[in-house]
Parts: sequence; structure tokens; C-alpha cells
Amino acid sequence: MTTPLAEAPPAKDPEGPAPAPRKPRRRGRLVPYWLLLPGILWLIVFFALPLVYQASTSVQTGSLEEGFKVTWHFATYWDAATDYWPQFLRSVLYAGSATVLCLLLGYPLAYLIAFRAGRWRNVILVLVIAPFFTSFLIRTLAWKTILADGGPLVGALNSLHVLDVTSWLGVTDGDRVLATPLAVICGLTYNFLPFMILPLYTSLERIDGRLHEAAGDLYAKPSTTFRKVTFPLSMPGVVSGTLLTFIPAAGDYVNADLLGSTDTRMVGNVIQTQFLRVLDYPTAAALSFILMAAILLMVTFYIRKSGTEDLV
Amino acid sequence: MTTAQEHGGDVRLTGISKTYGSFTAVHPLDLTVPQGSFFALLGASGCGKTTTLRMIAGLEEPSSGTVHLGDQDVTALPPYKRPVNTVFQSYALFPHLDIFENVAFGLRRRGIKSVKKQVGEMLDLVQLGEQARKKPHQLSGGQQQRVAVARALINHPKVLLLDEPLGALDLKLRRQMQLELKRIQTEVGITFVHVTHDQEEAMTMADTVAVMNGGRVEQLGAPADLYENPRTTFVANFLGTSNFIEAEVAARSGDDLILKAGDCKLTLPTARCTGPTATGAKVLAGVRPEKISLTHADDAGRIPEGRNRITGRIADSSFIGVSTQYVIDSPACDSFEVYAQNIERDARLTPGAEVVLHWNPAHTFGLDAAQDVEAGASKVEEDASA
Repeated sequence: MTTPLAEAPPAKDPEGPAPAPRKPRRRGRLVPYWLLLPGILWLIVFFALPLVYQASTSVQTGSLEEGFKVTWHFATYWDAATDYWPQFLRSVLYAGSATVLCLLLGYPLAYLIAFRAGRWRNVILVLVIAPFFTSFLIRTLAWKTILADGGPLVGALNSLHVLDVTSWLGVTDGDRVLATPLAVICGLTYNFLPFMILPLYTSLERIDGRLHEAAGDLYAKPSTTFRKVTFPLSMPGVVSGTLLTFIPAAGDYVNADLLGSTDTRMVGNVIQTQFLRVLDYPTAAALSFILMAAILLMVTFYIRKSGTEDLV
Repeated sequence: MTTAQEHGGDVRLTGISKTYGSFTAVHPLDLTVPQGSFFALLGASGCGKTTTLRMIAGLEEPSSGTVHLGDQDVTALPPYKRPVNTVFQSYALFPHLDIFENVAFGLRRRGIKSVKKQVGEMLDLVQLGEQARKKPHQLSGGQQQRVAVARALINHPKVLLLDEPLGALDLKLRRQMQLELKRIQTEVGITFVHVTHDQEEAMTMADTVAVMNGGRVEQLGAPADLYENPRTTFVANFLGTSNFIEAEVAARSGDDLILKAGDCKLTLPTARCTGPTATGAKVLAGVRPEKISLTHADDAGRIPEGRNRITGRIADSSFIGVSTQYVIDSPACDSFEVYAQNIERDARLTPGAEVVLHWNPAHTFGLDAAQDVEAGASKVEEDASA
């Protein structure tokens, strides 16, 4: 007897009769925009505005004492590019080497996690992410110990004559590894490896295992199956992994700062010095924009070349 | 030499079995599929039919036994070295390659350079010549299925394995593809081994059907033979519908057994009884619903002599166009099913009417009573992922 009463909707509508059926529908149409709003506001305040501010800084002249004024002095760009092109080149080389190393190290691991790990899959994934539980700086400093002069690793590499080869290649210096290009590349590789592994894993994991069976059924040896089926299908992961590694690595300055020397300064170090030590804000801002433009150009070219839009 | 050629496409499974831990998917099995035949492995999900197929393809390693293709023992060969090709359940087309390259895949892997003509011809055979440069996801399910067939057939395998190839298609398209596959098989003359859970599909297409249940072959034969002479209740129920009457052998008369079931006497040809035939033995007398005639009890006198007859009351009837299906309560067997062609409909045959069911004794089959009458009956809602 009482159940129908209990189940009836609570009659608490002080605004009077139910709203016309049209009103909630209009509100419903606006919901997506309301949901976008916080994100857009965030980006405007913390991305778009600083970008505009930075752009205006880059065409200012003056000094800290006299104050900076917008004088549309575009020559700063030219000067920055001509003065610091070696550091730009080094950034691209180091980041590029680190990206290649990450791909070579990360692909087999991602492949293993996706296809062979079985019940260990989640454990290995956690291990891949585990370094993020400690600070980036601490991890990089740890590499200082690992690569320390006379340390066990350097000693071992030295007695195996590996350092002779790397010295000949110009990435190490005699029996030192620390404060050489190799140390910086190692640090970059280590720090950005998870950004390579995770996208690779996601795209490999999405590949239907039956495609491997189908390729085998159609006379493809396991190696051919990898070359003709697995690798092409993992291209979206390769592209996003390399981008997620290369872009931050190209702008990184911590690894070069902690593991390198004055000869291994990357463009990130120059920007940092200009901003914080020399206090030449226009040059620092101009360098940032040149780096951004260069990376955008390279990325666009790379995506066009790899033809990944075709795969998704 | 000629005999070797003729049997080059035989598939011979000897004592083959597959176990996963303590679970036996396929019990030791001997099976020979003759060259050029269309062979179906029929059964419900988990009966071991797909595992058997995958062992022929080399995608699954048998726990024991051997697989021969013609005279060659291929048990130890990896799939890419076996002269068989598979049409996968979900087609497994390469999404990054277009239709042409999908079909050319096998040829290219074997180092054949000029594939254009062959691929063109194969695409024409499956009527997809126009679609060569499209990607698989741009095609409909039926077209993808045909690409999968073309991709396998172009390699001229000794045996083509089909794993539920029509499972993902809707009913109408499935019918069409059944005929299409049969046409292609007749045209190319390759041995087809087809795995399906759809009894109608197996019966329409195959020359020989092996009904599998619980990792064993329950019965093997031509579709009509399986249907008319099932040897187990599983086969009788899985292929179509059967009515069973629990009976006892009362006597023998010439080539027939006289059975007693409650008050009625039934005649069963001895040759059609796979159960015990000694007097006093328990048997299940089976009869297919469409073999039975229904006569209203008032007209019982007009039924010719010599027919098996039992009495009952119509419990339910449903009109389905070509025929009417009746469910009849009878002392001999509750819920007896009868399919009557709608030729001359007797208006008195409505639920509640007293009727006599009668049929030619030659359509009766006898099975051992020591088995589950319901085995294989609940096959309606099979999922295709068997």
C-alpha cells in the first residue's frame, strides 16, 4: 500500500511547474562548451598569453636597468641563430641519437610486453613507469654516479676497449664518460625511454594476434611477418613515441647541465643561461621561438614522410 | 604415380589429440579427408572442431598423433611451411594493405614477382575486380569474406581450411556465400575443410560431415545419411529435431523388431537399430517430426494398416507458412513434435484435439537407451566463436 508513495519522485519543486521540454534540450546543447571552458581558460592563461608575451619580448630591446621596450627589433632572431647554431645542431643530434637509442631499446621491450609477457604484463608496465616515482633531477644525478670516472661501469667499458671505439667516434674523451656527449645522450635516452615504450606498447597491443597467424599461414616466416605486418601496423606508435621523445629531448637542458660539459651545451642550456644568468630576455625568447619553429618544421616533415595519417 | 597425385590432397589425422593442462580439447582422433572433398566439422562451441582445424593449419601443436597431407608428414612443420591456407573466422585481413596486396601476400612471400595477372584473375573469381585498391575496412562484411577466400585460394593450397567463415554475416548473405563457396570449391577442386556450428550450413555445403561433441567425432557421414540414420541422440538432436519414445524390445518379426512403449506397439527395422536388439532390451525409438502424419481421432479407422501409431492430444500448434508445427502430449512421450505440410489443413486439428500420430515404420530409428535423450538439443543460441 505504501510502496507507490515511497517510489514516487520527491515533490520538491519550489520553482513551480516542470520546465518546458524545450529548455533542458537547449541547455544540453551547450553542455559540451561548458565542459571545454575550464581547459580553454587554462590554455589561454598559461599557454596563449605567455606565448604572446614571449613573442613581444623577443622583439624588444633594452636592458634590465633601463627597462625593455618593443622596438620590433627582428635582428635579435638573426643574431641568436648565427651565434648559437652549434648548440641548435647539437640539440638536434643529441636528441636524435637519444630517440634512435630509445626506439632500439624500447621496441623489443614493448613487443615483449604486448605479446609475450602474459601475466607479467602489468608488472613490467609498472616497472617501466616506476622511475617517474623519483624526481627527474635525482635520476639524472644518479647517472653521474653511474658514469663517474674510475667507477665500475667506466672501468669495465675501458677494459673491454669500448671507450676506444667511442673516443674514436668523438662521443667520449679518453677514459672519461662523464662530461662527454655520450653521457648526455645516455641521460636523455634513459629519461625519455618510458615516453617511447608506452605509445609503442599501446599500438602493438592493439594488433590483432590473428594477423600474425594469417601471415604465417600465408608463408611468411616470423621475421617476414614482423617486417611486413607487425612493424607497419605499429607505425602510429613509432611516430608518436619518437615525437614524444625527440621534442622534449631537443629542448632539454638538465641532462647536458648535469652530465655534460661546456662542450656539450644544448640550446636549452643557452636559453636557460640567457634568461637566468645573462638576463638577456629578448635573445632567450628569440631562441625559444627558433627552437619551436624548427621542431614544428621537422615534425611536420616527419609525419608527412612516415605517412601515418594513412594508418589511423 | 597417379595414385600419389590423386591422394596428394588427402588430409590424414592419426591419433591426434590436444590437451591444455588438465582439459582435453580433442581426444585422440583418426580422420581422413579425401582429396577434393568438401568436409565439414560440425559441433557446438568448445567441441574441439576449431582446435582440430588449427592443428591441420599448424597454428596449434598436437599433444599427440600426426598430421599427413597426402604422403607428407607435416606434424612438425610450422604453418608457413605447410601447403594449406586458412580463411579465418574474422577474416584477419591486413588492415594496412589494400585488397590487391592482401591477395598477393602469399604469392609475394613465396618469391613470385609477377603477381598482377594471378591476383586480377582471383579477384575476378570472387567478383571483386573493381575493389582492388581499396582498404579492407572500406568493404562490406561479405566482400571482406570473399577477399579472405581469394587471399587463401590464390596460393593453390592442397587444402583450404575455413574457420566459421560465414559466422559474421547476416542470414541472407550467409546463404548466398554458402552457394558461392560451394561453386568455388567445385570450380577449383581443392579439398575444403570447413568448421561450423551451423548444421544447415554443414548440410548444404559439405559432402561429408563429422559431428563433433566433447572433443570426439560423434558420427561421420554424408549429410543425408547423418540425418536419416543418426547413431546417437546427440547427432539426432543436433542435426534437426527428433522425437524419442522410450521402448522395450518385445519380439522379433522377420527383419523388424516389435517394440512395446506403454500401450502401443511400434515396428522398427532391425537394420536401423544401433542399440541392443535382444528381447527385453531398452531402446529409444526415434522419428523425425516431418515424417509423422496427424489424423484426428475420429478418423482413426482410415489410417492404413502397418503404420506405427500412437495417440495423443495437441498441446500447441504454430503456423509458420509452409508448414504447421504441432506439439503433442502423448502417454508414450511428452511434447512430441510434428511438422505437417500445409496441403490439406484439417480445421479440427487445434490445441486440445485428440489425434493419432502415425508414420511409416521404415522412418523409425533405434538408439541405445543408455544415453541422454536431450543431448545436443539446446543448440539454438550458439555463439560463433566456437
